[in-house]
Amino acid sequence: MHSKASLGLRIAAIGGLLFLHLPILLIFVYAFTTEDKSYQWPPPGLTLKWFEVTWNRPDVWEALGLSLRVACVSTVIAMVLGTLCAAAVARSKFFGRETISLLVILPIALPGIITGISLRSAFNIADIPFSTWTIILGHATFCIVVVYNNAVARFRRTSSSLIEASMDLGATYWQTLRFVIMPNIATALLAGGMLAFALSFDEVIVTTFTAGQQQTLPIWMLEELVRPRQRPVTNVVAMVVVLVTFLPILAAYYLTRGTETVAGQGK
Amino acid sequence: MASSAPISDALWRRPNLLLFLLVTPPLLWLGIVYLGSLFALLAQSFFSIDEFSGLINYEFTLKTYSELLRASNFDILLRTIAMASAVTIAAAIVAFPIAYYAARYATGRWKAVFYLGVMLPLWSSYLVKVYSWKLILAKEGILNWLFETLHLAWLLEAYLAIPVLGGNSLSVSWTGTFLVFLYVWLPFMILPVQASLERVPPSMLEASGDLGARPGQTLRHVILPLALPGIIAGSIFTFSLTMGDYIIPQIVGTSARMIGQAVYQFQGTAGNLPLAAAFAVVPIVVMGIYLTLAKRAGAFNAL
Amino acid sequence: MTAAISFAGVSRHFGDVRAVDGVNLKIGEGEFFALLGPSGSGKTTCLRLIAGFEQPTEGSVSIFGDDATQMPPYRRPVNTVFQDYALFPHLNVRDNVAYGLMVRGDAKAARRAAADEALALVALGGYGDRKPSALSGGQRQRVALARALVMQPKVLLLDEPLGALDLKLREQMQTELKSLQRQLGIAFVFVTHDQGEALSMADRVAVFNEGRIQQVGSPQDVYDRPETPFVADFVGASNVLPAELVARLTGTSAPASLRPEAISVGDGPLTGAVESQSFLGAATRIEVNCNGLVVKMLLPKANPVPRVGETVSLTWPSEALHVMEHANG
Repeated sequence: MHSKASLGLRIAAIGGLLFLHLPILLIFVYAFTTEDKSYQWPPPGLTLKWFEVTWNRPDVWEALGLSLRVACVSTVIAMVLGTLCAAAVARSKFFGRETISLLVILPIALPGIITGISLRSAFNIADIPFSTWTIILGHATFCIVVVYNNAVARFRRTSSSLIEASMDLGATYWQTLRFVIMPNIATALLAGGMLAFALSFDEVIVTTFTAGQQQTLPIWMLEELVRPRQRPVTNVVAMVVVLVTFLPILAAYYLTRGTETVAGQGK
Repeated sequence: MASSAPISDALWRRPNLLLFLLVTPPLLWLGIVYLGSLFALLAQSFFSIDEFSGLINYEFTLKTYSELLRASNFDILLRTIAMASAVTIAAAIVAFPIAYYAARYATGRWKAVFYLGVMLPLWSSYLVKVYSWKLILAKEGILNWLFETLHLAWLLEAYLAIPVLGGNSLSVSWTGTFLVFLYVWLPFMILPVQASLERVPPSMLEASGDLGARPGQTLRHVILPLALPGIIAGSIFTFSLTMGDYIIPQIVGTSARMIGQAVYQFQGTAGNLPLAAAFAVVPIVVMGIYLTLAKRAGAFNAL
Repeated sequence: MTAAISFAGVSRHFGDVRAVDGVNLKIGEGEFFALLGPSGSGKTTCLRLIAGFEQPTEGSVSIFGDDATQMPPYRRPVNTVFQDYALFPHLNVRDNVAYGLMVRGDAKAARRAAADEALALVALGGYGDRKPSALSGGQRQRVALARALVMQPKVLLLDEPLGALDLKLREQMQTELKSLQRQLGIAFVFVTHDQGEALSMADRVAVFNEGRIQQVGSPQDVYDRPETPFVADFVGASNVLPAELVARLTGTSAPASLRPEAISVGDGPLTGAVESQSFLGAATRIEVNCNGLVVKMLLPKANPVPRVGETVSLTWPSEALHVMEHANG
């Protein structure tokens, strides 16, 4: 068994990793370019003026606001439902447990377009008009599994004797929840919540089907990609989105590091 | 000692009550919102569009499904499945060295580097990733510039002249679409493969060498079969995600449509929700078959 | 005197499995009581029935005369030391010990003082600020003990308390637990599968098998006068002589227990060939095959040891052969 990998393997592995990251870094460069009619490379000049232009665009702010509102509410709903489900599944063996685990994963396992068109079909049949709530309905549904994964992993690592010990020492269910269970799963819940936030903030496929006339930030970006108005503004927004979602993901990693959980496997 | 705690007492007396309370809210949500919607989708696919009024006729019929068999629509189905297969195979090949290195050789700090290195792009904005490739593949973009500086522009021209694969520029060609799909779904392949490779005990590889196998043979006869469940699990993602995607081919691709675009188009301006639903049912059926086969091959252990 | 703990016809079923089957038991106020048996025998379930983590399917459990059937664990005057110690990882040692006091609303200063006192009792004074993860197994166990005792329970339950400790530490803890119990004067009920532990610590022992109690008695009773072949074999690995042989030797047709250390080489009723020999340090264990019956002997160091293959005759004092007239299992 080789303790050091062959050079070829190392090059392939690191090359692969770079392949994953370079395109995103490229966008950062384009955010500073002076050329605004095309995607010319190398950029003819560098400037900061597009940041100001973006700041003054009202449609960007509106889209950002909607995205943030939807992400916050969806995350809260997902955290509640995901944790409840995880508590049930991790603690006891019951009839239908396997089915529930599958059901929770389904919104993310099936392609977004299926979820999107299904919701659209349902809204059509039930005659529900598009609104912020229809967007939230979709987002919360696929965010549940992200919180669920983190919570289940942490619950499984928490020995059930802790709960018994707490009750043995005189604590009721509520007190046990407050003093023993919550402190032990808090970081996992937070990590799940951050990932759910990032997921919701970035989501575009399901949102297109459930948003009607409204624009979340990703929908705004999609519009710009198809019918570009000011390309560098799109680049600036893209850069901001990357940075904004970078932080929760990093935070989620550090929150669950050193525990055997893998924060949110699979999108 | 706790004084009065009626709810706690009741929950202690009936442990099933607690379970019920935990499971019901999420079940209600998922059941009504998600399963209900899937059911609505299925229902819609059995409705049809009245040709004259353009309104949906809420009566059971197979007419909409028969429209799928029309040449132009059937082409869309075949095209999508072909692309999904190509992306899956390529992803498996590219992901393997990365996953293998991360599983077997990365230790300590490098392990974290590889972990974050795959996680961050995975969770990064999908749209930003697609957009970045539009920039890269554009006629005036960095890839072209690279070919020109290396005096290989003629190679690119020749490639673009190939029918089907080529086009006016990479960003309006099937190759471009293929590259973007590969890029965006790659992390989904790396993770399960890495997980299943990590499950291979090093002693097994040592035993193989001990019994006289060369590294190449060990790779072929021991490592690959053990990594197969992970590859299959990853392929579930790449295949399914490619089949349903409509944004990537729209931004980087030709005017020939894929299933996702057809669904999007028909539910939107074309106003034919039943046909869109019928198109959407196809990936579900395909994935259903794929998942059943994958389960038999033991892929779910690697998820 | 009201029994501290009393089981009346208690059964606990899990579907088809009868984990506890018709158990009747009375544990006295200041007793050090052992529940002894192999895994799956129902001893741990009985402990959990006392603590309140399980509820009986049939029968009732009483604590100092009060029927505990409707009493959740947080209302019972009983505290448990768990097998895996169950220390709260997010709290330091002092807060762990003071947890029960905090939950019932005691003032902070009083909690702190009581916790420190309990820690001193288990010889861990000064460890209050550490985290459980920084302690050794033996230290964690003491914290678990302190945490339970600070609540001043009327009965202390211990679930396989010494299983995870190495030999030296185990023996040390045995002595400490015994003296602690004497000092506090409350009932200690502990579960173990180690018969040596049960014999050395307990005032009385209940031997469990397959959900039922086989025998209850003092360590001497259980060791010298086992009532069933199971008890004879489980406690002290006695020889169980079959009924026909016993009938020939004494006239009563019932199995009998014969302790290995009571047998010596000499003129006696049994003869056979030495099959195997193991050197145990202070003694040598020998197995002698007497017409198909393998008899185990324990020869102290001073005695001459017969060689393997040699034919020997075995003898023993008549009191050493205990006939199990009421054996039914």
